[in-house]
Amino acid sequence: MLLPLSWLKEYVDIDITPAELEEKLFSCGFEVEELNEVGKDITNVVVGLVLECDPIPETHLHVCKVDAGSHGTFQICCGADNVKAGGKFPVALNGATVYATAKDHKTVEGVMTIKKGKLRGYESEGMLCSGVELGVSESMYPGAGYNGLLVLPEDAEVGADVKPILGLDDYIFDISITANRPDCQCITGIAREVAAVLNKEFKMPSLEYTETEVKKDGFSVEVEAPDLCPRYIGHYVHDVKIGEAPLWMKRRLALVGQDSISNIVDITNYVMLEMGQPMHAFDCDYLEGNKIVVRRAKDKEQIVTLDSQEYELTENNLLICDGVKGVAIAGVMGGLNSEIRDTTTEVLFESAKFARDNIRKTSRSLGKRTDASAKYEKGVDEYSTVHAMKRALHLVEELGCGKISSTHVDVNTGNSVEPREMKVSIQKVNDVLGIEVPTEDIIRICTNLSFAPVINGDELILMIPAYREDMDSYPDVAEEVIRMYGYEHVVPTFMPDSKVTMGGLNELQKKELKLKKDLCSIGAYECIHYSFISPADFDLLNLAEDAKEREAIRLLNPINEDLSVMRTTLVPSMLHAISRNQKKGNLSGRLFEVASKFIPESLPLTSYPEERATLCVGVFGGAEDFFTLKGIANKVADTFFTKFSYEAAQTSYLHPFQCASVKLGDQVIGTLGKVAYEVAEKLDLREDAYILELELKYLYALNTKASYVPLSKFPEEVRDLALVMDKSVTCGQVEGVISSSCKFVQEIKLFDVYEGEQIPADKKSMAFSVKFVPGEEAFEEDAVDKFVKKILKNLKFHLDIDLRS
Amino acid sequence: MNEKLSSIKKEIEDGIAAKATSRATAFELRKQFLDSKTGTIGQLMKEMKNIAPEERANYGKEVNELKAWATEVFAKLDEEMKAKELQEKYASEKIDVTMPAKEYETGNLHPITQMRNQLIDVFAGMGFEVFEGTEIENDYYNFTALNTPQDHPARDMQDTFYLSPEFLLRTQTSAGQIHVMENKKPPIKILSPGKVFRSDDDATHSPMFTQMEGLVVDEKITLCDLKGMLDVFVQKIYGENTTTRLRPSYFPFTEPSVEVDVSCFECGGKGCKLCKGTGWIEILGAGIVNKKVLENCGIDSEKYSGLAFGIGIERTAMLKYGINNIKLLFESDLKVLKQIDDN
Repeated sequence: MLLPLSWLKEYVDIDITPAELEEKLFSCGFEVEELNEVGKDITNVVVGLVLECDPIPETHLHVCKVDAGSHGTFQICCGADNVKAGGKFPVALNGATVYATAKDHKTVEGVMTIKKGKLRGYESEGMLCSGVELGVSESMYPGAGYNGLLVLPEDAEVGADVKPILGLDDYIFDISITANRPDCQCITGIAREVAAVLNKEFKMPSLEYTETEVKKDGFSVEVEAPDLCPRYIGHYVHDVKIGEAPLWMKRRLALVGQDSISNIVDITNYVMLEMGQPMHAFDCDYLEGNKIVVRRAKDKEQIVTLDSQEYELTENNLLICDGVKGVAIAGVMGGLNSEIRDTTTEVLFESAKFARDNIRKTSRSLGKRTDASAKYEKGVDEYSTVHAMKRALHLVEELGCGKISSTHVDVNTGNSVEPREMKVSIQKVNDVLGIEVPTEDIIRICTNLSFAPVINGDELILMIPAYREDMDSYPDVAEEVIRMYGYEHVVPTFMPDSKVTMGGLNELQKKELKLKKDLCSIGAYECIHYSFISPADFDLLNLAEDAKEREAIRLLNPINEDLSVMRTTLVPSMLHAISRNQKKGNLSGRLFEVASKFIPESLPLTSYPEERATLCVGVFGGAEDFFTLKGIANKVADTFFTKFSYEAAQTSYLHPFQCASVKLGDQVIGTLGKVAYEVAEKLDLREDAYILELELKYLYALNTKASYVPLSKFPEEVRDLALVMDKSVTCGQVEGVISSSCKFVQEIKLFDVYEGEQIPADKKSMAFSVKFVPGEEAFEEDAVDKFVKKILKNLKFHLDIDLRS
Repeated sequence: MNEKLSSIKKEIEDGIAAKATSRATAFELRKQFLDSKTGTIGQLMKEMKNIAPEERANYGKEVNELKAWATEVFAKLDEEMKAKELQEKYASEKIDVTMPAKEYETGNLHPITQMRNQLIDVFAGMGFEVFEGTEIENDYYNFTALNTPQDHPARDMQDTFYLSPEFLLRTQTSAGQIHVMENKKPPIKILSPGKVFRSDDDATHSPMFTQMEGLVVDEKITLCDLKGMLDVFVQKIYGENTTTRLRPSYFPFTEPSVEVDVSCFECGGKGCKLCKGTGWIEILGAGIVNKKVLENCGIDSEKYSGLAFGIGIERTAMLKYGINNIKLLFESDLKVLKQIDDN
C-alpha cells in the first residue's frame, strides 16, 4: 500500500525522519517494501528569476540571463515559448539532475545531468525546466502540465530549492499489510499504528456535516442477500455541481497513482484511501424505481461496467440493482449506466460491507480485480463502513459540490460498531511471551492502541475497537504487547520445562537416504523434478490410449498445460532432464530421482491417492550401455541386501530388444532398458540413454538389518563349464538350470561368449565359472564331479546344451 | 695342471665379459662351467679317476677351489644381472606422471537434500523426529484445521493448486502438523520436510518448492524458547556468531507470529549486497501455535502450548551456496549438480 508521508502527517505528528519512521513501522509489523522520496531524481534545481530574455535570430530559442540568488547569475538558452523576463522558473544548475524527455517533451526517458554547453554558439550554463522534467504533473502543481516552462509563484524566493514548493520533498512509503490487519489498508489505519508506536495522539479526520431538509421521498434499500451484504448504507446528495476536485485532493490522489476524474468520484476514491472503505456514487437520474436492491444476480444476467466491459453473471455474484436493472457488481465495479457524468445533479453514495470470500470469488471468476475488490477480499469492517460515509458527506460539504439531504438509509444485520469487552489474564499474556512485561508498559501499550485498559488484579479488561476484528484472546493481546514493547526483549531460552524426546530419522527414512548415498557412490547425481508434468508426456512415452499411466490426477487450476497432471511415472521428467543436459553439452552422465508418483483410486479424486515411492535412474553417453544400467540396478539390490532377476520385456518407451523387467522374487517391481529411438528423436538426444524405474515399497519392506553369516570352514571349488547351445537360449535360462541343479552353487559367472567357425553356425558357446561352496561338511572327493555331471544332464534335458568339446 | 685351471679361469672371466648381458645368458654361462654333468669344471671332477693317486688330493683341492671361486663369481654375476634387469624393467615402465588420472566419479545428493539433511541433523540433536506427510492433502488439513477457514483472507496468501473441490496440493508442510497432533500426545517435537506447491512461477518463485516445518508442543513453551531454539539452529547452519531478530508477522496457524531474520553471514551485519545493506536476511516464519489449532487436534490448550517454524529449504540452500536462481535447482543440469558437495 502506498502511503505519502505528507498525508500521514495530517493524522499524527511525526517528528522523526522518514528512515526512522520506516524502522518504527518495521518493528511493529509493517514492512516497508520501498521508501521513495518523491523528487529523489531531482537535485540542484532552484528558483530562477529571468532578468533578460533575448531571441536568438532564426531560431525559436531565447538567450536568458537568470538570477539564481546565492548560486549566481547564469546565461541560459531556452526553447520554451513561455519564457519571459521577470518570470520565475525552476532552473537546473550545472551538475543538476532532472528527467530527460523524448521529443514530445512528455515521455520521460530517464535521468540526465545538466552540464554547461553551447547552443547555436551561445553559452548555456544550466536549464530552465518544465513540469515533466521535474516529474511534476498537473495534479500535483497547477500549470505543471503545460508544454513549456513550469511557472513558479511570484513570491518564490530566488535561489531557493524548488522541491518544497512543488511538493517534491515528500516521501512515499510502500507498506505491506499482513492479512490479519485489514484495518490498516488505509492511511488512517497506519496513522493509528504510528500514533501508538510513537506515543502520539491520533487525529481522526472530521466527520461533521449538516443535513438539509430535502428528502428523497419513498426511497428504499432492500438487501435480499444479507449473508453477502451485512451492511448497506446509502445517502442521497442533491444540488450536485460536478467539477474538478481541489488541488490538495488531486495531489494526494496523484501521489498514490490515482487519476483525478471529478470532485464526486475523487471523493469516493479519496475516502477509500483514507478510511479503507470502498465507496460508490450513483447518478440518481439513471436509477429507476426509487430504490436500491442488493441481490444475487440471475444466471446469465448481464452488466456493463464503468470501463465499458460487459460481464455475464451467475447466482454466485452479488449485484446492486435499482428497481429495474443491475447498476453495479457489488464490491468490484459500478455500472456504466449510472456513472457520474458532467451533468449529474443528484448522487446516491454507497458505503457497504460485503462478504469477503464472495467478492474474492466474483473477482476471480470475472477476472476483474479493482482497488475496491482487493480491499473487500481482505476484509472491510463495519466501523469503516459507517465512518467512511460520514467522511464522504463531510468532504462533499467541504468542497461545496453538493448538499447533504436527510435521506440516509442504513440496512444492517445488527452488528455493533461499538468497542467490545475482552478480559484476559496478564499472567497468560506473559506465559505466551516467556518474559514478564511490566504492567505499566502493558497499560501504556493498550492505551496507545485505544483498548482502554482497566486492571483488576491479574485481570486485564480491554475495550476492543470494532475495527480490530483480529483481536480474539490472550495470545492476540500478547502479540500486541510484544510488538509495541519490542521483540528485542525476548531472551533466548531452551525449553527448560520440556520433556526429553528422541530425535532423528525413522527406519524408512534411513533406507531412503542409504539408497541415495549408494547411488551417489557409483557416480550418479540426485535430481528433483516437479510433481506435475504435461499430458503430452504420456504421448512422448508412446503410451497406449488405455495405458494406466494416463489415469493421472489433473490440476483444476494449473499454471499451464505443461504442469497440469500429477506424475504417474517419473520417466518423462528424467527424459527431459537428459535432453536438457545433452542440449547444454553434457553428453554423458548418471542421474537419479527418488520421488512419489500419484496413483488415484478413482477419478475425479474422492479419497487420498496412493503416493508411491519410486526410483528413476537415467544414464547416457558413450560409456553407458544396457549392462551398466543393469549394474546400477544390482547396486540398488545390494543396498537392500537382496538380488533382482531380469526378464526380457517390452515397454512403450524402451528399445524392444533391450528392455527388461526387474523382478524381486516373483514380483515385477520395475523396468529398465535403452530409450527407444523414436522417443530419443523427439527429445533430440545426441547420445543413447538408458532408463530404470523401480517401485521402492517392495524394497522398503525388506529386512535390511546388517548381519553376519558364518564363513564355511571347508574349501570351496570352482569349475569352468564351456557350453554349446542354440542361439536362442539366454544366459538367464542357463543360470537358472545350473542353480536349480545343485544347492551348493553359490555363484555363476558368465566369462565368455563365442560364435564362429569352431562351432556350428546355428549355435553359440557360453562359458561359465561356477562356484561350489560346502555347507556343514567338506565335499567328498568326487562330490563336485557328481554335481557337474548332474548340471550337464539337466542342461541337456531342459535346454539341449552340450559341453563344448 | 695349473695352466689348465688358469685357462679355465680365464675362459670364465672372458666369457662373462663377452656374453653375460642378462640373467639368462649368465645362467647359460654358469651351466657351461658348473653343470655337474656337462660343465667344464664338472668334467675336471670326472677326470679324477685318471689322476695318479698321489696327485689326487692336490688335484681335488685345486679343482674344488676353482669350483668355489666360479660358484661365487656366478652368484655375484646373477645378483648384478638381477639388479640390472630390475633397473631396465623400471626404466621401460617410465610414465608421464602429469598425464590425466583415471577418475572415479562420485555423484552428489541434490543441494536441497544436502541442505535438508543438515537441517535434520541440527534438529535431530534437539530431539526432533522426522515426519513426512503427503503432497496431496485435503482442504481440512491444509487450511481449516490450521485456522484458515473458507472465507479467510490468508487463503489468498498462498495461491493453491486444487485437484478437486476437496483435494489440493499442500501449500505448506504445516498440514502434516495436524496429522501428527491427532495421533500423538505431547510432548511432541517433529520436523516435517517436504515438497509444497503454490501457483507462483517467476524468477524467484517456483510452483513447487521444499519446506521444513518444525513443531514443538509441550507444557510452558514460550516465545523465548522459540528464540533460543532458532539461535542454536542458525549458529549451527550459518556460524557461531550469527544472531537472530524476530519481528511481527502473521500466519493463521500461529499467534503471535514472527518473521525471523539472521544477521548477514556474508558481512556480519555491516550491510552488503546479499543483505541489501540491511545487515539482516529473512530466513523463516515462526510463532506460537495458535491455540485454536491445538484445540482442533484435541490438545488441551490451557495445559499445553507450542511453537512452530517453517523454513524454505531452497532459500536456505541458495543463500548458503550462493545460487541465484531457484529454477536452477529443478533443471538437473549436471554442471550445477556437480558443484554442490556439502555433505
